[in-house]
Amino acid sequence: MNTKTEFPDAGYYDGFGGQFVPELLMPPLIELEEAMQSVLPSQAFQEELAEVLQDYVGRPTPLYRCRNLSKRLGFDLWLKREDLAHTGAHKINNTIGQALLAKHMGKRCLLAETGAGQHGVATATAAAMLGMECIVYMGAKDVQRQAHNVHRMRLLGAKVEAVDSGTQTLKDAISATLRHWIRDQATAHYCIGSVVGPHPFPALVRDLQSVIGTETIAQCQKKMGGLPDVVLACVGGGSNAMGMFHPFTDYPEVRLIGVEAAGSGEEGCTHSATLSQGTEGVLQGARTYLLQTQAGQILPSHSVAPGLDYPGVGPEHVAFMTSGRAEYVCVCDDVALEAFYTLSRDEGIIPALESSHALAYAMALQGEIPSGSRVVVTLSGRGDKDLGIVREREGAAETKA
Amino acid sequence: MHTSVLTEAVDKAHKAGRHALIPFLPAGFPDPERFWEVLRELDAQGADIIEIGVPFSDPVADGPLIEAVSLQCLADGVDLDWILDGLERMAGQLATPIVCMGYYNPFWQYGMARFAERAAQAGVAGCIVPDLPLEEAGPFQEVLNAQGMDLIRMIGVNTSEERMRAYAKNGSGFVYMVAALGITGTQAGFPPQLPQALSRAQDIFDDPIALGFGLERKEQLGEIRDLVDAVVFGSSLIRHVQGGGEVRTFLQRWH
Repeated sequence: MNTKTEFPDAGYYDGFGGQFVPELLMPPLIELEEAMQSVLPSQAFQEELAEVLQDYVGRPTPLYRCRNLSKRLGFDLWLKREDLAHTGAHKINNTIGQALLAKHMGKRCLLAETGAGQHGVATATAAAMLGMECIVYMGAKDVQRQAHNVHRMRLLGAKVEAVDSGTQTLKDAISATLRHWIRDQATAHYCIGSVVGPHPFPALVRDLQSVIGTETIAQCQKKMGGLPDVVLACVGGGSNAMGMFHPFTDYPEVRLIGVEAAGSGEEGCTHSATLSQGTEGVLQGARTYLLQTQAGQILPSHSVAPGLDYPGVGPEHVAFMTSGRAEYVCVCDDVALEAFYTLSRDEGIIPALESSHALAYAMALQGEIPSGSRVVVTLSGRGDKDLGIVREREGAAETKA
Repeated sequence: MHTSVLTEAVDKAHKAGRHALIPFLPAGFPDPERFWEVLRELDAQGADIIEIGVPFSDPVADGPLIEAVSLQCLADGVDLDWILDGLERMAGQLATPIVCMGYYNPFWQYGMARFAERAAQAGVAGCIVPDLPLEEAGPFQEVLNAQGMDLIRMIGVNTSEERMRAYAKNGSGFVYMVAALGITGTQAGFPPQLPQALSRAQDIFDDPIALGFGLERKEQLGEIRDLVDAVVFGSSLIRHVQGGGEVRTFLQRWH
């Protein structure tokens, strides 16, 4: 792979992005940008990263054609199996890259925020592998909901800090991590988990995740003899989607669809459909789309998939939406759960609830797209982590019945 | 460049041989009714500039105390309209210049030009916006300056000389030096680089330098007292008021 970085103008993507942070954070952001320009493209770094991605992460991940579902749907449904990467999700592509970069920058501690716990686990993994300290901030509510992942992080040697402020969820964990980074910027690197936050993070995370799309293009050429017709990925902050979409920028004939979480889908419900239903604003370092009140206060978000539960979105996705390069739609909790069951039973793959949103929309394309079309979905992670949520909902449904 | 009432307020205190006092009072604290009383007390008891905090749901640079107070103020219905309506009602009654301190999104959603126009009419002299560094400050600074208001520049002990010089090019009012690498209300002592950073700032900026974050009483300043023109205090004042203390007794700590 070749992780190249092309910075947008002053950190902006068609007017979205930027660096809306306290001045105290500008020096470490400038230091990071300089490292991205000097260290990241160097041959030595690229070779080291490629080796770790292959031997430790397990790349390339397979591109798998769903035999049974494809027959039923009337089009070819392919899955980019990020669930088979080490730690069970795409998150590791980013954390390994950032951890290596941080090490080259002389940092000895990785800071991370996490909602569902997947990014926390991936950061703790990278830190353990590279012999670095790791501190993970997690909303107090998420610490309770994701006890299994908290245990994994601790096993990996990370310190998990529960955040009691605000809504006690991901957005509060991000604020807490930024505050810690202000304090310990000389020795710590903030390993942000998605294509969000101040410049240069959206570009850095996108470039590290672009391995997903780059591999997919090569695998499609080999297995299908050409490019796919439609590519779908779920969007919370949007890192797996941007990692898949960005390498397709040069292929306008490929339809890109980002799928957000609509929550219960009822009128006025709490959801995470930032692009579909949010408005422009500034949060945690970037001008982007947000779920907010008219007065500019950030609204709580919700999804059955904890990894999609964020009231903002990566600024480059906004640029993709406004330019029309990608479409953004949303799928509600129950429909995503249906897809979760379908893929489990029909293909023997238990998907993450996040990915189930993208799968659900892909399946709904039946009848809309010509038969024989080639559709690729990023399976961003595996569903083991979500079994508690699924069991709880099954229990609630049984009680109701 | 207009004559800044904020610069004048700091200079006046300086000429009187003391630091200008800049208390921070979150809008709606200790409750929406008593806020206006405390504001009047600060005005009457010797504050030189008063910072009114505009509450925001996700204040990145604030510590747990100010965050908790801000969230309570939001729950009590405090927003920019509430602040500006109240200040309009008090127009002409306060001798102390007012600045609004808040995060960018609420100002932006309100409409920057609309805010600047109303705020100027209500007697607001400037704004402090922690998440608007040099690179992003231009548009808001322009609309504020057009109304004769200042956008206060915030710098830190880690701000390079090059960046300070860039900030110095087009600022007004005063310069806010953050006294630590950290968040509000959590420091125990100043970082060793602070005297050097203050000296550098004194050389580079024509405007007065205010020091804030973690300040509680005059004695804390020690050897840096002559490198500072004004002091900003928030968390310590909030704790004092929450504990039933009077504004007068708190301000006396600085006399």
